[in-house]
Amino acid sequence: MSILVFAEHDNSTLKADTLKTVAAAQAIGGDIHILVAGSDCQSVAQEAAKVNGVSKVIVADSPAYEHQLAENISLLVTELAADYEHILATALTTGKNFMPRVAALLDVAQISDIIAVESSDTFVRPIYAGNAIATVQSLDSKKVITVRPTGFDPVATDGSAEVVAIDSVTDAGISSHVSDQLSVSERPDLGAASIVISGGRGMQNGDNFKLLEGIADKLGAAIGASRAAVDAGFVPNDMQVGQTGKIVAPDLYIAVGISGAIQHLAGMKDSKIIVAINKDAEAPIFQVADYGIVGDLFDVLPELEGKL
Amino acid sequence: MKVLVPIKRVIDYNVKVRVKADNSNVDLANVKMAINPFCEIAVEEAVRLKEAGIATEVIAVSVGDKSCQEQLRTALALGADRAIQIETDEKLDALNIAKLLQKIVDEEQPQLVILGKQSIDSDNNQTGQMLAALTGMAQGTFASEVKVEGDKVNVTREVDSGLQTIALNLPAIVTTDLRLNEPRYASLPNIMKAKRKPLVVMPAADFGIDLSPRSKLIKVTPPATRKAGIIVDSVDTLIEKLKNEAKVIS
Ligand SMILES: Cc1cc2nc3c(=O)[nH]c(=O)nc-3n(C[C@H](O)[C@H](O)[C@H](O)COP(=O)(O)OP(=O)(O)OC[C@H]3O[C@@H](n4cnc5c(N)ncnc54)[C@H](O)[C@@H]3O)c2cc1C
Ligand SMILES: Nc1ncnc2c1ncn2[C@@H]1O[C@H](COP(=O)(O)O)[C@@H](O)[C@H]1O
Repeated sequence: MSILVFAEHDNSTLKADTLKTVAAAQAIGGDIHILVAGSDCQSVAQEAAKVNGVSKVIVADSPAYEHQLAENISLLVTELAADYEHILATALTTGKNFMPRVAALLDVAQISDIIAVESSDTFVRPIYAGNAIATVQSLDSKKVITVRPTGFDPVATDGSAEVVAIDSVTDAGISSHVSDQLSVSERPDLGAASIVISGGRGMQNGDNFKLLEGIADKLGAAIGASRAAVDAGFVPNDMQVGQTGKIVAPDLYIAVGISGAIQHLAGMKDSKIIVAINKDAEAPIFQVADYGIVGDLFDVLPELEGKL
Repeated sequence: MKVLVPIKRVIDYNVKVRVKADNSNVDLANVKMAINPFCEIAVEEAVRLKEAGIATEVIAVSVGDKSCQEQLRTALALGADRAIQIETDEKLDALNIAKLLQKIVDEEQPQLVILGKQSIDSDNNQTGQMLAALTGMAQGTFASEVKVEGDKVNVTREVDSGLQTIALNLPAIVTTDLRLNEPRYASLPNIMKAKRKPLVVMPAADFGIDLSPRSKLIKVTPPATRKAGIIVDSVDTLIEKLKNEAKVIS
């Protein structure tokens, strides 16, 4: 039984969440291969070769894969699929984009966003914004699965897999990349940070997020936001935490001026420790918080920064 | 050009669902239902394309039992021209829904199909991409901007690292993200008008597709509950607790 894991990367470094998807593959059990599809992505392949529990890294290096266009990647993965019983990708925007396409091309269902493996055909996944947890058995011969990174601990990276290049180029020719508008930040990635501090509508404007930055700098934290804060234009979309944004589960999550709507909780309630700072003692966020401060964030944040 | 908008009837997003005591599924008895928020955004986008003179006709389609006609009427009230209900009492896998939608695409030949990125009940995030694969179309998922230009559509997508713009040949599939637009409210006259707009019912069984389930729901359980926390009276206490009790900062 073989498992193909799709590597998340930016053509230069392997995204750490891939290590969690490999952990899910190990829980399924079998010979694990990683696919690195990209352009000028040899450094990613070298990193992938060190991932524990992986026997082979397949590298498809072509301009057709540079931007991970779903039309092209799905053809590549489908071409490789014959050798695998399980195909796994991380449930981030790339995997979410192309994997259902792979499933449909293979005429199988997809199991999205698994957080646990019960057996080689049975998986656990949250539904209804995490208000229910479903155990689902796949009835298909091939399993196409996306893995929620917060469900698994990363595997170590002291292995040495063989690296095999394939020269397949599958360019569907129906889509092309135009431009990227990427957020650059010196701070840790939201998904990878062990501390996250998020601001909501209570922050009032984008400028006030500086109050969070000072604290984030001291704690080495990533900064997140509620949808209301993103919608109001305080901060960019990639900072949104929640059911339809990023799912995080850091050791410490600090929610500032966030009411705690179910869609926001869906993205952070598996954090180890939750702190809420809100002036409304009735805010639902306090129902999931380990420690709450009822107070005005404009008083609490400067004091917190000063005392850390 | 025609625009097809698949919509789904789901639990209202404000309702916190409960799991049935026998763990067979969630309890939807007497729960408020609504059009999936992402589908509402899809309808709005299609109607705006029509208002801009780009689309000529907007067709809403839903796979479900009779009750989903309510959501199809909502789509009609928001500005869709006609509706199709693909009738089934089964809860189908996304792949089977995509196969049914593919038949409608074959028949109607829309230039654009706009779906929601995700149903807020199953949280699948699959149907649009699957439909794109089955029809051989390009896809622009998680769209926050859609611009039709000649025989192409430019889609700006919300991705993990920010925004990405891609160009797709038409016909194409788009799935909506939350910031694509802000849906209008249906006015009373439009709600009345919607009652007279055409709504065709087509039994799923007549489509000649094998709709047998691809997965089996073994059980549904409530999520782990967090134990009640405490309100601390000062920032000093908070820092002390985080350092010594929770040990998450040093
Ligand atoms: C389909 C769908 C998907 C969604 N997905 C997401 C998602 O992924 N993520 C997400 O976050 N939301 C999501 N939402 C939106 C969600 O329903 C809420 O609207 C949103 O989370 C509210 O954001 P908020 O808590 O910042 O704002 P509000 O609910 O407005 O809360 C602001 C809070 O700030 C407090 N406050 C105000 N001023 C101060 C002050 N000076 N000091 C201290 N506290 C103060 C208030 O007491 C209040 O509790 C989604 C909604 C839908 C319909
Ligand atoms: N039963 C259905 N009928 C019509 N469209 C659907 C149905 N289920 C899903 N869709 C469409 O597919 C989108 C994504 O749903 P999902 O893949 O289930 O997360 C939804 O927003 C709808 O546009």
